[in-house]
Amino acid sequence: MCITCGCGAGEVKIEGEAPDHEHEHVHADGTTHSHDHGHDHSHGHEHSHPHPHDHAHEHSEAAQHSHAPGVSNKRMVQIEQDILSKNNAYANENRQQLAEHGIFALNLVSSPGSGKTTLLCKTITLLGAQPLAVIEGDQQTSQDAQRIRATGAPAIQINTGKGCHLDAHMVGHAMGQLRLQEDSLLMIENVGNLVCPAAFDLGEAHKVVILSVTEGEDKPIKYPDMFRAASLMLLNKIDLLPYLDFDVAAAIAFARQVNPQIRVIQVSATSGAGMDEWLAFLRAGLTAAHNARHETVDQLKQKIAALEAQLQRT
Amino acid sequence: MSLAEGVLQLIEDSARQQNFSKVNTVWLEIGELSGVEVEAMKFCFDAVTRDSVAQGARVEIIRLPGTGWCMACAVTVPMSEVFGECPHCGGHQMQVTGGTEMRLKELEVE
Repeated sequence: MCITCGCGAGEVKIEGEAPDHEHEHVHADGTTHSHDHGHDHSHGHEHSHPHPHDHAHEHSEAAQHSHAPGVSNKRMVQIEQDILSKNNAYANENRQQLAEHGIFALNLVSSPGSGKTTLLCKTITLLGAQPLAVIEGDQQTSQDAQRIRATGAPAIQINTGKGCHLDAHMVGHAMGQLRLQEDSLLMIENVGNLVCPAAFDLGEAHKVVILSVTEGEDKPIKYPDMFRAASLMLLNKIDLLPYLDFDVAAAIAFARQVNPQIRVIQVSATSGAGMDEWLAFLRAGLTAAHNARHETVDQLKQKIAALEAQLQRT
Repeated sequence: MSLAEGVLQLIEDSARQQNFSKVNTVWLEIGELSGVEVEAMKFCFDAVTRDSVAQGARVEIIRLPGTGWCMACAVTVPMSEVFGECPHCGGHQMQVTGGTEMRLKELEVE
């Protein structure tokens, strides 16, 4: 993961500003205004997360009964916590927020240059009136967010600086700024990297891995973590197949070897091939998110009705 | 590097709750299939813990073996790669069931 590439945190910028500052930002419609977005999002830094077991064991041999003054008082502390538990706690908050608003969120991951942004732009155009928003992750520049805004969709750029992946905390900030609509689609374009983003849950419904046919067909087994974490693989740029000796069947077989459940859709953002199937996947996800929200609302209404009936009886 | 920082955050949280000011040893449970490079983790841990409560702490790694469930044979088998094959049937219908852990297990502190 990140320890292999040596990337670091810090230097994170959302729309060119470090989180927690007043900033100016440009809306999709071109209006520019400045507002404060300090910590008005739902996860302050005192958020709840699984607490460690608070019983310090004093069973270190050298440390036992070292109560004499001047002697160090060594003891053992049980932690038993997942190293990614902080990120996972933020991801769960994001997921809950998304579910409450019936938003279908996807985390798009791939190597650099697989055509993620082009595919996104095409998808947005084809979806027409569907409300959606995009979070763009890149180390530097807001070029991708600008490309998305050109399609008319609201987009926010996160620059990770030295970091090689988005994490759930950054995405939570960006979600707060985007003012997401109910029953909308949220596409998170992760930093182009097939290694580290696999480990960082952002609160999405699915990870979608994009592999283009100009890459090697053995990428799924070279970067197995990512292909195992994804539920859908988009095989992109299939319009170029006649000019390449890319073996589609082998690529799919490698992906299934790592992840027997992975779904594969072959697409080309340029020719439009396979886009119907991809849009159908998105619409099915949107419907499911919408229904889940209404089910929860209906259940709550039923609960209220039952409680009110109970009150009347007493 | 992010993972090493994650470990440090957990240690610092614990230092506040448990009132300790120095960490001597850190035990990490790292699964064989977690994708973590142990040497890189140790190196990064030394770098990120400089000037913290965990400065100079020894890192002990507890390796946990990878295991998987073969859907065809319906048995649990050892796995050394996430795309490993079943030693019985040679198939790839495998679900990873263990070895993806990255946990901070315990600390020796004073």
